Parts: sequence; C-alpha cells; structure tokens
Amino acid sequence: MALASTQTVSKYIPTHWYDGWKRLRKQKTAIVGLSIILFFIVAGLLAPLLAPGHWDGQNLAVRLQPPSAQHWFGTDDLGRDLLTRVLYGARISLWVGFFAVAGSIVLGSILGLSAGYFGKWIDTLISRIFDIMLAFPSILLAIAIVTILGPSLVNALIAIAIINIPTYGRLIRSKVLSIKEEEYIAAAKVIGMGHTRIILRHILPNSVAPIIVQGTLGIATAVLEAAALGFLGLGAQPPQPEWGKMIADSRQYITTAYWTVLFPGLAIMLTVLGFNMFGDGLRDALDPKMKQ
Amino acid sequence: MLSYVARRILQLIPVLFGMSLVVFAIIHAIPGDPAMVILGERATPQALNELRERLGLNQPLYIQYWHYLLQTLGGDLGESIRTKKAIAQEIFPYLAATIELSLSALVFAAVVGVNAGIIAAWRRASWFDYIAMLVALIGVSMPVFWLGLMEQWVFAQKLALLPSIGRYNARETIHAITQFYVLDTLLEGNWAGFWDVVKHLVLPSVALGTIPMAIIARMSRSSMLEVMKADYVRTARAKGLNEFWVIYKHALKNAMAPVLTVMGLQLGTLLGGAVLTETIFGWPGIGRYINDAISFRDYPVVQSGILVVAFFFVLINLLVDILYAYIDPRIHY
Amino acid sequence: MKKIVSPILGVLLAVSLMLTGCGSQSTTSPSAPQAEKTLIEGRGGDSVSLDPANVTDGESLRVTENIFDTLVAYKPNNTEIIPSLATEWKASPDGKEWTFTLQDGVKFHDGTDFNADAVVFNFQRWMDKSNPYHTGGDFDYFQSMFGGFKGDKGCVIADVKALDKTHVQFRLTVPQAPFLANVAMTAFAMASPDAVKKYGDKFGQNPVGTGPFVFKEWKPNDSITVVKNKNFWQKGLPKLDKLIFRVIPDNTARLTALQSGELDLMDGLNPSDAATVKGNSKLQLVTRPSMNVGYLSFNTTKPPFDNVKVRQALSMAVNKKGLVDAFYNGMALPAKNALPPSVWGYNDAVKDYEYNLDAAKKLLAEAGYPNGFETDFWAMPVARQYMPQPQKIAESIQADFAKIGVKTKIVSMEWATYLKKTKNGEHPMALLGWTGDNGDPDNFLYVLLDKDNANPPAASNISLYKNDKVHELLFKAQITPDIQVRTDLYKQAQLLIHDDAPMVPLVHSTPLLASASYVKGFIAHPTGTERFTEVSIEK
Repeated sequence: MALASTQTVSKYIPTHWYDGWKRLRKQKTAIVGLSIILFFIVAGLLAPLLAPGHWDGQNLAVRLQPPSAQHWFGTDDLGRDLLTRVLYGARISLWVGFFAVAGSIVLGSILGLSAGYFGKWIDTLISRIFDIMLAFPSILLAIAIVTILGPSLVNALIAIAIINIPTYGRLIRSKVLSIKEEEYIAAAKVIGMGHTRIILRHILPNSVAPIIVQGTLGIATAVLEAAALGFLGLGAQPPQPEWGKMIADSRQYITTAYWTVLFPGLAIMLTVLGFNMFGDGLRDALDPKMKQ
Repeated sequence: MLSYVARRILQLIPVLFGMSLVVFAIIHAIPGDPAMVILGERATPQALNELRERLGLNQPLYIQYWHYLLQTLGGDLGESIRTKKAIAQEIFPYLAATIELSLSALVFAAVVGVNAGIIAAWRRASWFDYIAMLVALIGVSMPVFWLGLMEQWVFAQKLALLPSIGRYNARETIHAITQFYVLDTLLEGNWAGFWDVVKHLVLPSVALGTIPMAIIARMSRSSMLEVMKADYVRTARAKGLNEFWVIYKHALKNAMAPVLTVMGLQLGTLLGGAVLTETIFGWPGIGRYINDAISFRDYPVVQSGILVVAFFFVLINLLVDILYAYIDPRIHY
Repeated sequence: MKKIVSPILGVLLAVSLMLTGCGSQSTTSPSAPQAEKTLIEGRGGDSVSLDPANVTDGESLRVTENIFDTLVAYKPNNTEIIPSLATEWKASPDGKEWTFTLQDGVKFHDGTDFNADAVVFNFQRWMDKSNPYHTGGDFDYFQSMFGGFKGDKGCVIADVKALDKTHVQFRLTVPQAPFLANVAMTAFAMASPDAVKKYGDKFGQNPVGTGPFVFKEWKPNDSITVVKNKNFWQKGLPKLDKLIFRVIPDNTARLTALQSGELDLMDGLNPSDAATVKGNSKLQLVTRPSMNVGYLSFNTTKPPFDNVKVRQALSMAVNKKGLVDAFYNGMALPAKNALPPSVWGYNDAVKDYEYNLDAAKKLLAEAGYPNGFETDFWAMPVARQYMPQPQKIAESIQADFAKIGVKTKIVSMEWATYLKKTKNGEHPMALLGWTGDNGDPDNFLYVLLDKDNANPPAASNISLYKNDKVHELLFKAQITPDIQVRTDLYKQAQLLIHDDAPMVPLVHSTPLLASASYVKGFIAHPTGTERFTEVSIEK
C-alpha cells in the first residue's frame, strides 16, 4: 500500500520533491512553522465567523477597555474590539506578504532568466540594475517609492515587491548560469528547441526549489516591511486593521492601555516566526546544498 | 589581491552613477511643484518663475541631471530649503548620530551573538542551545519598532531604569567635537556625560541590534559546528587539551570569516534600518533627517540624504568584500 | 577558565567591560554646578527659522518670543496690550496715524542701539518687497495681517518714519481696528539692523534681538539653547540662566522624559495622560487658556456640499460631546462658532445643530440624497493643539456619517501638501483648525470665513465660503474703532455663518502642558508662545 502510493505520487511529482516532503515532515521546526502559518491563514479566512464584532465597529463608550471575557484582547481608543481587528489584520498581512513576494518572483524571474540565459550586454545591464537597487537600504528605497506613489496599502505592496526583485533575480540568474552549460541543454539547443521552450521546460523547473525556499523566507520579510510602512503611516490607511498601523495609532496609550500595542505586535511576530521556521525547514529539506 | 580590489572599485563606478540617477529621478517623480512648496501658497506666478529660474527647474531634465552630477561630484550636496544651510555641512551630525547608534548596536549584536553562538555549538543540543536558537529565531521575526516600544514601556516607563529618548540628557554639556558623543565625552574626560551618553545608547542599540544579533548567533553556531568537525580540532581534543582552549584558539579563528561578513553586511543594513529605531527613540540621526525632509518637501535634503546613506552602504559592502577576501584566502575571485 | 581569547572577541569583551566599568565609576561623579539655573522645555517639533518675521509656525515663534521684543506686548495670560519696547502710543482721531514712544537706552544683543531708526528699518524690511533685506522667507504674517506689501491694493501701512530717536510714526491707508493687537504679535519683533545686514537671508540661523535671552546654539532636530541676556532692559530679569528647547516628537515619550527628570516642562500633553500627571506629586499640570477652534470644513464650491441642506444635515451628524469625551478627556468645549468663547465678540445666542442622526437623515433626503453619497474625507496627518488626534477624530466622525448613508474615505497626506491642497480648495471636506494670534475676532472670522480669503490657491477660508453680507459685516468691523459696535457686527456675522454651515466647528480645546513642580512662575499664553522672563526653578 505504502509502496504503491509512493509510486503513484512519484509519477507526477519529481522524486526529489517527494523526498523533500519526507525530510520536511521530520523537521519539527518546519512543522511548527507550517502550523503557525495555517493558523493565521484560517484565522484570516474565517475572520467574519470567528470575530466577535465588526472590524470597524466603533463604540466610544467602551474605548480602551482592558482584556476581558467580552473583549479577549481589549478594545482600542475608538472602542473597537482588538481581537476582531487582529484577526482581520491577518488577512491584510498575509495578502500583502504573499502578493508582494509573488510580484518580486515574477519580475525577478523574468529579469534573472533573461540575464542568465542571454548573457552579454543584457546580463550586464540587468546585473548592474540589481547592483544599483541593492545599493540602497531596502526600507529607504521602499519609503522613497511610496512617497512617489502616495501612501496606501496597495502602493506599499508594490514598493515591497519592487525592492525585493534583485533577491530573486540574482538567485535565478546564478541558477541559470549553472544549468546552462549542462549537457542536456546543449542537446536541446542542438535539436533546435526554441529559447522559450528551453527556459520553460528545463531551466525554470530546476530553479523552483530555491525560489520556494527564498519565497517563504521572503514572505516573512515582506510582512515585516509592510508593518514597518504601515507604522510610518505609508502603508494601510484608516480604518483598515493593519497590524503596523494599529501599533502606530496606539503608541500613545502604551502606558495606560498596553494591550493596544502588545497584541498586534505579537501577531506580527508570530506570523513572521511561522514563515521563518517553515522557510528554514524547507531549505534543509528541499535544498540541502543551500544550507549554510 | 590588489587586482581584485581594483576590479571591485571599478565595478562600483557604474553603480554609483546609477545611484545618482535613481536619486535624481526619485525627486522628480514626487508629485508637487517644488517652487510652489518653497515659496508657500501665496506666491505670485512671477516669484515662482524667478525661483524656478534660480534653481534651474525650468531646464530640460538631462541638463538638470548634468548639473546635479557635477555639483555632487564636487562635494556640494545642495542647500536645505528649510534651514537654508549647506547640506554637506548640516548632514554630518545626523550621520554621526546614526553611525554611533549603528556601531553600538553592532557591538551589542556581536558580543551577544558570537558568544551565544559559540556556547550553543559547544553545548550542542543542550537546553542552552535550544533556548538560544529559539531566541534567535524570535529575534529575526520581531518588528523593530514594536520591540523598541516594548523596551521603552518596560525599561523606561515601568521600571524607570534607562532613558528612552534622544542621545543625551540636555543637562549635560557636551561639546560636539567629533559629533560622536561617546568619543567627545571621553576626549574631554567628562565621565558623567560619557555615562549619560552610554545610557541613552542602550535601549535603541538593543532594539536595532536584535536582528543582527540573532543572525550572528545562528551564523556563529553553524560555522562553529562545521569547524568543530574538522580534523585538527578532533586532534587537539584527542591530545587532551581543554575544550575551551580548543574552541577559542583554533576553532573560533576559522569560524570568524563568515561571521565577520555577516557583521559587515549587517552594519550596512543597520544604517538604513535605523529609520524606524530613530523614529521610536527620538534619535537625531539620518533616518529621521530624511523622514522629516520628506514631510517638509525639502527636496535637496531627501536627495542628498538618500545618496549619502546609499554611498556608505556601498562603501561598507566593498570593505566587507575586501576584508573577506583577505581573511579567507581560499576564496578566489 | 583560561584567559585565552581570540583578538576579535577580546576587543568586543574589552569594549563591553569598558562600558560597564565606566558606568559604576561615573555615577558618583558630581553633576553640573548648582549655581546655573537651566530650564529644559520639551516640544513636539523643531523650529523652522528663528527670524520671527519669516515664520508662521508655533515652534519657531515659541523660541523667538524669548529672543526678541515687540513694540507692544500681550499680558502673560491674555491678549490685553501692555507696553514693551514702546512705553506709550497714541492714535490720531481718524485712526490713520499712530505714534509710538520708545524706551531709551535699550541695546540689541550685539551691542547696537535700539531706536526709532531700527523700528523703521524692520518695517521697511518687512513691507517693501524691493528692500535688499526682504529675504529669508515670505513674510507671510506681514502680508496677512497688514493686507499685503507696499504697493499692494490692500496694504494698510502707507509709511513708517522716525520722528526723532525715540518716536516713530505710522501712517495707515485705512483705519485698522486691530492694528495695535497686530503690532503686538510675536512675528513683528524688532531685529538688530546690523545683524540683518550682516547675515542676510541667514538671519534665521543667527537671530539677534533685544529680548530676555540671547541665542547660543541650534542643534537641528535636537535642541535650541538660549542664555540669559545680562543687559536685559527689565532689570533683574530673566531669572533663568539658560533655557533649552528640546525636540521630542512623541507625546508619551516626552512625558517619560519629564518624569525621568530630563525635562522640566513639556508642551503637548496627551489629554489621556492628564491623570498620570495629576497623580504624580513631582509634576504639575498646566493648562493653556483656550483660544482656538478645530473644525470640519465643507468645500462649498463642490457638489454636494454646495447644497446648504447637505451641510446642515452633516452638521447634525457630528457627536461633538462624544469627541470631547473621547479625545480631549473633557479638556475641550464643543464648538458652535468658529470664534472661541474666550475672545470678545463671541455670540452665545447661536444655537448649535443638535446631534440627531434621524433628523440628519431626513434633511439629507430633503436635499435630494435619500441614500446618502460617497466622498473623500481629508484628515490632517499631524497633531495640533486644537486636534490632538485628527486621524482618530476622522475615523470617529466617519462612523457616524456612515449611519446616515454618507460613505467616506479618509485621505491623508503629509502636512505641507495637506495645507497646500486645502488652501487650493482641492478637498471635498477636510479637518483643520486655527489658533488665535492676537485675541481679535477679526483674526478668526475674517481669516477663516471672509470671501476675501476664499481665493485658491491661497485660501485661508478653505470652505471657500462667500457671503457678501458676512463680508460687509466683517469689513465694517475691521475699520470701526469702537469695540461695542464691532462686537455687535461680529455677533451678527456669526448668526449668518451658522445658518449657512460652511463648516462644522468641532471643539475649542484647552491645550495641556506639564512641568516639574519646582518650576515656578510659568504661565501658558493662549497664543501658544510664552516668555520665560519670570520663570524660575526653585528646588
């Protein structure tokens, strides 16, 4: 039975993937990380069912209430239930994290593949652009981009996607360079395979594992960056329940109502921790060579 | 080695050039008419034109860029719209404040990170190892601004142990000679002032240094583990030498190269990442300088501030690369 | 444990040891000599420039108030006029000629003499755009208080001349009722002509006046230090030796610094922290007499806000009492006029729109919007005295508006842009406010609601509200010297404005400050800028 299933699976999924999953299952941290991520995904998806109130349900009469049976996380300065806002906040943070990284990967892959595959001046140009982008501390670059586009959640997402392009671009480029010279690529060229087909059939699949690992860790970074922009007032706008923005708004109550700052911060930390743990585990499982 | 250094420096030229282009472009992409902002809302069209003329805002962009480039190469970073001072001169105290904070954060990160990593490796799979690595994992997952706020809440507000705002207590007279207050107070033999400055450094340094600390701890641990497997360490151990001797003398030296790199790279990140820490701790550094300039639409300051930080960032990365190549001769470029 | 440590670790350990080692040693070392009395005030932002004629922001004027003197001044706790550099003044019967008698023997900090020529020099510099020293800024306050610069149609001052060393005469084009109150404003302070000539447009970094304190040092975004003027014309004053203005942007952090003794006085206390200060025997709460208004402006040129019924309906949907309780901790009055009750001319007979969502919904339906509408709601990005948490106030009002079907999106941008765009009338509705400069109703009603000031891109009447009848009343009040008549005119204007509802006056706040209990003699001034001449530290 076990044997049979292995065979069926391996028919569709490359063997190293399946081996990876087997290794991953043994990694305690990765499983813990995955559980945390799933917890927040479920929390975000089911927020309308789980949350005791409306995320913008203001009631000035109950402002700054400490945690209680009715308000598990207390209320904020507009009398909104914090648990509700933290749950809805999971939607925002995960959404930004996922799509920002997806954006970086798509753009980074296009640039990285072109640079690595075509080489010559294309490579030089793209590599220099990456160098220049990496010459700026990322948060400063993000601030600059949001200043141009105007502060909003979507613009913060765009900024985060842009600043992380070089990370994936360089990764893919180096992968392409190492694969390009392999015999089967040369063979493919000889039999007259087009560029697109070579890239899609041979080069891209080989780059997937490191990209997934980097992407998982990248979501952690993106969530942190989005929270930072939100905190600086450059990301989500009120009344959106974004965690970083919630902390910034409640900053002044830290002495009188610590819960308004504590819980959104813990939520950020746990989410990021989840992606970091899972990412570490994935790296060990999928790509032992990357381990360092 | 020398040719490597020369090549690295040559490679920098297009990067620096591109940087200046990006910085120039950023400012011109920001919505709003600089002339209007400078003169205020009640300015007459005539006055606006005069100013545009004077600042060259009427000229084609490529000419404006060319002027900008020449000016910057000549060390002229322009004049702040808000304070009307030369930026090249005004920026230094801010830069010094940020560098001082970053270095202090790095000292914290290195002292704690390296030691924790070594002990964790030495006592692998002990409770210390588990806890240290868990703390390190949490450390890299923590939003810096939240950590800073929590520190302020606990150590400044609840326990009243440490100051949480600014670089020094304004009651202490500090004569800014180098603008690095730790140095300035030492040079003057002003011990009370020195102690005051150090106390002000603690909370922001811990906040800023936590992520690098966590990374350095993980890095030291794993490179120590690699090295400890090596033959000579085993030999040394077999000879019956004290384990501390083995670890510190032999292993540490070899494990240091990657750790140093991480430290160098983190210093660069610190310079940029200081924006959030400076906001929380009222630190008059370059991050706040730029942030304030954005809200005052002080274009030249935004431009030059970002350029200076990026320049330092590149410079540090260059030094780290060279240092790395120097320390670890196995690496050939 | 063997003491063999790698070089790097050795250095790191040495540094860490040094840090801890020095600490224990220096805690016992004596602090600064007790003789020198220093007061440190914490505030939210840095000054822009220290040239009083060229700034409009409170953080700059707060400092210049202590470096410079004006011809006449306000009393420490209200806006009554008292002598300062001028000991006497009189106006001609037609109100168009003012003569000031100056003190003799007053010297600027640079040692040069203050005299009638210096007064003329300053006024020439401000009013004449062709004057070579008309530099360093835009002289905004001069322009708005005196109707423009020399040659402009509305410019009130025809000329200024020195009669002799101690007498100076102003000729006005029209009698300006608030003229004396205007001259007393911090912005119109006497600068040393020599220093202005010497520093040119850099005078703002090198201020030289005749005031109680002499400028010493400015660390940008950190602190400004001024020291006692030993030759100050009020003998024996000031009582302090040194005054430091320190920037700490966050209100809570500033309070922490006050509690830990790094500050002696702080501006901008969060209303929610008032209880903390009251409960601490080492601190005292200081209230600033209220002379401000925070308001929600409707752009009366943009539909649907051009419809008076819509404006009235929205006026009924704002819970002012709720705002006062939640965001001001009760330290504010719900507003029904743009003019605060602390200023004469306030019309208490105006009956405010009652907070009633049903009535509001009904009126909205009458106006043709039974299902409400969607609009942007602009909120300031920064806290002001009249509005400590604009974003939160916007969110709160937003929720009430939603209940009558008006769906709003809160829009914010950085402060400079915000001011620029609202002055340009780009908003549908926007939060803003005003703190009085001189205690004259003209300074509120004419500035905020007259059609003269409703011209983009420089509208201070950001509702772009134009009512000819209101204008007639306000203009007449401006050129009438008799205060009884003026009071009556302002009261009539407030009734008309109330009916048109171009804005929702939200609150008149009482700004809070806190100081260490050993700080004596500090009185917060309603304009937001106060002198430290009489302040002392008595430990």
